Amino acid sequence: MTARLIGFAALVVLAALFPLVAGNYPVKLLQEILIWGIFAMSLDVLMGYAGMVSFGHSAFFGIGGYVAALALAENPGLVSALVLPALAAGLAALVIGFFSIRVSGVYFIMLTLAFSQMFYAYAFQVSWLGAEDGIVGIPRPALPGVDLANIRSFHGYLLGLFVVVALGLWRVVRSPFGHVLRGIHENEARMEAVGYAVDRYKLLAFAIAGVFAGLAGSLYAQFNGSITPDAFFWTTSGEALLMVIIGGTGTLGGAVLGAAAFILLQSLVSTYTERWMLILGVTFILFVLFVPGGIVGALRGRVGLRA
Amino acid sequence: MPVDLFAQALNGLAYGVLLFLLSVGLTLIFGMLDVVNLAHGSFYMLGAYAGLSLIAGTGNFWLALLLAPLAVGLVGALVEVTCLRPLYRRPPLDQVLLTFGFIYLFEDLVKWIWGGRIRSIPPPDLFSGSVSVWGAIIPSYRLFVIVFGLVMAVLLWLLIERTRLGAIIRAGVFDAEMTGGLGINIRRVFTAVFAFGAALGGLSGVIAGPIQSAYPSMGVAILIPALIVVVVGGLGSLKGSLVGSLVIGQAETFGKAWLPDAAMLIIYVVMATVMLVRPQGLFGRPLK
Repeated sequence: MTARLIGFAALVVLAALFPLVAGNYPVKLLQEILIWGIFAMSLDVLMGYAGMVSFGHSAFFGIGGYVAALALAENPGLVSALVLPALAAGLAALVIGFFSIRVSGVYFIMLTLAFSQMFYAYAFQVSWLGAEDGIVGIPRPALPGVDLANIRSFHGYLLGLFVVVALGLWRVVRSPFGHVLRGIHENEARMEAVGYAVDRYKLLAFAIAGVFAGLAGSLYAQFNGSITPDAFFWTTSGEALLMVIIGGTGTLGGAVLGAAAFILLQSLVSTYTERWMLILGVTFILFVLFVPGGIVGALRGRVGLRA
Repeated sequence: MPVDLFAQALNGLAYGVLLFLLSVGLTLIFGMLDVVNLAHGSFYMLGAYAGLSLIAGTGNFWLALLLAPLAVGLVGALVEVTCLRPLYRRPPLDQVLLTFGFIYLFEDLVKWIWGGRIRSIPPPDLFSGSVSVWGAIIPSYRLFVIVFGLVMAVLLWLLIERTRLGAIIRAGVFDAEMTGGLGINIRRVFTAVFAFGAALGGLSGVIAGPIQSAYPSMGVAILIPALIVVVVGGLGSLKGSLVGSLVIGQAETFGKAWLPDAAMLIIYVVMATVMLVRPQGLFGRPLK
């Protein structure tokens, strides 16, 4: 465990020093990886640990983004940038989760998918959310003495948040609560039989995942300075799902690794060809078929890396 | 007003019938293979584009209506044999995830071959005009869609309830392993059902072409209503998919006419209500 913490710290230091040696474009790519890494980790808590495969995680990502856009326009502070989006997404997750956890498996997939599409349909239609065009010109939060419009300060801000979230989620999945989630994943009926209030655990897991997805959505809106209905669209959930599967489900590091692989591959492939989606689809299919454990699973098998 | 109402109801019926053709493939595949085929909308899209090219190539809508589903069925068989088959021993969600990957693959493939813009598909000459039904003016093609869909529903019912093949399919839906034990080559049946479901998806794509045109994201756009239909009707149930389609078809059409602001939300409200009252859907088997 200490070895892993040291490894994590070393990576964080490298990421922190990265803007000193790299140009703007690579730094932005790293920032995108951090944001999507948070989003993918939040989905992984749900799917890798609790075994609840959601196709509607974009609902919370989008809520976080839109709430941040509206709140930051009113009052550009940290409450608007972080607290409100996360809370709103968490609240929405409680409501959606309340309905969705009554079913499982494919029904859960379809229900979560439908809920997120509902938000997409709404955001796409109403003018107070900018309809099709979304909201542009979202300010970054104003901190005393720090100018977050500067790419390096924004990098520090993102990285700091990423570290807090990663350690926080790591704490969650290693806690007794996290073990109960894994138990539910393995054998829900047995967990129920030995007296765990399974539904309450699932709902809480759904809400926690929602909170952090909302945070990721907010950071995404701050990063781009804009948010569109596409944040709610099923492809947003799909991309997070691809990241988790490619990286390896059930490991937070895998989710981040998957996010990194996805974003680097995307930027690499798009410079050569327009057929990014095709390559993405094929990559994903090959991973499901031949590398079910994802990158982390493959590494474990190769070098005997342990959980 | 009643005339308007009637025209709306007919439009809703045409849409519902279209959803039925699509969702029946989805529900058959689920019933048999336990796979929710998220690429089902892609088969619909492939059908529309195959129809587009066949109509352009042969100049004959009816030939396209026959050949395009066959082509899509072939693609479906290929997907099942090469990619799904190795996954049957894995957790069922792996198969859902696999079909998810195919959404990306097919959509981009279509963009590559046919380009990204909307392509309109002409209706057959026979049904290119409008007709008046009790005072309501509607495109005659929509009437054709309604009749065609209802005839297909009857044929499908006959196929499933009255033929030997149908008996095998029903047995397989009930218990695939046991059916295999009785000496049926269940693998081949799986492939056939998947291909047949894909062909039905392709067929609905060709049928939808003259109404909705062809565009790359049409598959994903129709996937959500189709999934809602099977959730409302009950996964794996033919009757459920018919009733669900007609309900959703009317809900969406009347929603658009009466509550344009909330139109996109209505079908979700219908679904959420059904799931709360009856989680297995109207005609589904009780959830385990």
